[in-house]
Amino acid sequence: MEYQSIQMSREGAIGRIQLYRPKVLNALNTGLISELVQALEAFDRDSTIRCILLTGGNRVFAAGADIGEMATATSAELMLSNQFADWDRLRRIKKPIVAAVVGYALGGGCELAMACDMIVAAENARFGQPEIDLGIIPGAGGTQRLTRAVGKARAMEIVLTGSPITAQEALHVGLVNRVVPVENVELEAMKLCQQIASKAPAAVQLAKESVLKSFDTTIADGLDYEQKLFYLLFSTEDQKEGMNAFVEKRKPHFQGK
Amino acid sequence: MENTQVEQTVLLTKEDGVGVITLNRPHLFNAFNTQLNVDLLKAFKDVAKDPEVRAVVLTGAGKAFCSGQDLSDPAAIQVQGDSPSLGDSVRKRYNPLILAMTEMEKPIIAAVNGAAAGAGCSLALACDMRFVSDRAKFVEAFVRIGLAPDSGSSWFLPQLVGVGRAMELAMTGRDVGAEEAVQIGLANQLVPHDRLLEETLAFAKRLAQGPTRAIGLTKRAIYKAMDTDIAGALEYEAQVQEIAGKSKDFLEGIASFVEKRPPQYRGE
Repeated sequence: MEYQSIQMSREGAIGRIQLYRPKVLNALNTGLISELVQALEAFDRDSTIRCILLTGGNRVFAAGADIGEMATATSAELMLSNQFADWDRLRRIKKPIVAAVVGYALGGGCELAMACDMIVAAENARFGQPEIDLGIIPGAGGTQRLTRAVGKARAMEIVLTGSPITAQEALHVGLVNRVVPVENVELEAMKLCQQIASKAPAAVQLAKESVLKSFDTTIADGLDYEQKLFYLLFSTEDQKEGMNAFVEKRKPHFQGK
Repeated sequence: MENTQVEQTVLLTKEDGVGVITLNRPHLFNAFNTQLNVDLLKAFKDVAKDPEVRAVVLTGAGKAFCSGQDLSDPAAIQVQGDSPSLGDSVRKRYNPLILAMTEMEKPIIAAVNGAAAGAGCSLALACDMRFVSDRAKFVEAFVRIGLAPDSGSSWFLPQLVGVGRAMELAMTGRDVGAEEAVQIGLANQLVPHDRLLEETLAFAKRLAQGPTRAIGLTKRAIYKAMDTDIAGALEYEAQVQEIAGKSKDFLEGIASFVEKRPPQYRGE
C-alpha cells in the first residue's frame, strides 16, 4: 500500500516506520495516524518482524497535532469523527515499539512517543504537552501515560504549564530509556530493537503484555495474570531451547515456536 | 531606511577559516548593553552555521576585552511589575549567549586584550581557550557591587582554577593579572600586547586546518564529562567515537598516516 505521511521499511527482523510530513514538522493529522496504525498492524501480523522502530527522522519527532484541522471543529463534530479510534488500535500492537526521538515531541508527538514501549532520545529532544496554551488538554493519553511514567507532581507541572522538558530531565524522571548524541539516536534505537529481536518472540510479546497489564490492574490481579503467562510460556519450544542452551552453556537459538 | 544612529556593537570578519568576532564599544570598554547581547548571540549563531568558519576568535576593540554589564544602560535592570528582576535579565540576555558558545561545535579562543570584568570575565571563561596580552586582567567584579557571579562564572571558574581559588577570586573580586592568570590555569598563553591578535589568529588558523568534526566532538565530550560521572563519560566517549569514526576526516587521517604524509582535513 502507498503511504503519504509515513515511510515504511525493514531491516532484518526490525520493522522501521518514519513519520514523514517534513514540511510541517511531522504534525500529526488523522491521515498520518491512520497510516501509522495500518503500518504497525501490518508489521504486527508479519511473523518475520520481531520489533518495531518508530522515528520522526533526524530533525524532529512530531511537533504536535495538526491544529488547522481542529481549530473550527465543534465538540460534536470531533466526537462523532471518532478521531481517537486509531489511537486505540495503536495500543493493541503486540510487538515492542521503540521510539527514536530527535528534537520536539510535543502534544500528540509526546503522546505518540509515550504510546511506544521504550524511548531513545537525542540530547536535543524536548517533551511537552502544550495543549493548555490552546485552551484544551491532551486527548491521546497525555494526562494518563505521562502521569504513570513520571508521577503526579511532575505530570501536573508539564500539563498545567505547557513548558517542555529536556531530554536529560526526561531521563531523570523515567520518561525515556536513554539519551544519546543526536547523530546516534537511530543507531542506538536500532541496537535496542536488535537485542529484543534476538529473544524468544512469544516471551517478548507476553512480557510486553504483562508489563502493560500492571498499569490497569491491582497488584494481586497483576501477579495472577503474570503467573498464567509464565505457565503459558512453558508450552513453547523456545522455552525448552532457552533452558537447554543455558544448561549446555551455549547461546540459544530461538525460532518463534 | 537610513538609520545612522545604530551602533555596530559587534564586528565579524573571516580569515582563512577563522571567524573573528570583535566586541566594538571601545568608548565604553565594550560593556554589554542589550544591543551587544543580541548582536553577539547572532554573531555566534552565524559562525556556528557557516561551514567556512572552522575556528573562532573573540576579542575586544580598544583598551578592554569587555567590562561587563553597562550599568548606565536602562535595560540593565529589567523591570517586572515594580521590583527589578536581575534573574530574568540574566536568563534572557546572558544565559542563551553562554549556552550558544558552549554548544557550538567549533573552538572559540578569547584574545584577551585588556580588562575582562564581571560578565566580561564570564564571557572570556566561556571561550574554550584564552590567549592573554600582558595588559589583560580578569576581574570577578560582581562582589564589588554587591552581586554574585553570573553568566557562567560559578561553573567555569572552579573548573579552571579549583574551588578554593574560585572562592577567593569571586569573594574578593580582586584583579588577576595576565601572568597569574596563566599560572593558575585561567589563561593558556601570555603574548606581548602588540602581537596578541596575530598570535591568537595564527593558532586559530592551525585549529581551522584540523579535523573540525573531531575537534567539535572533543569540545562536546569535555563539557559533557564536566557534568557526569566516569561511567557516563566513558559511554559518551563511545558515542562520540561512533560519530567521529564515520567522518571523512577520519578516513583522511588514517590514509595520511599510512601514506606517511601530512593530512589534508576538510572539516567533514
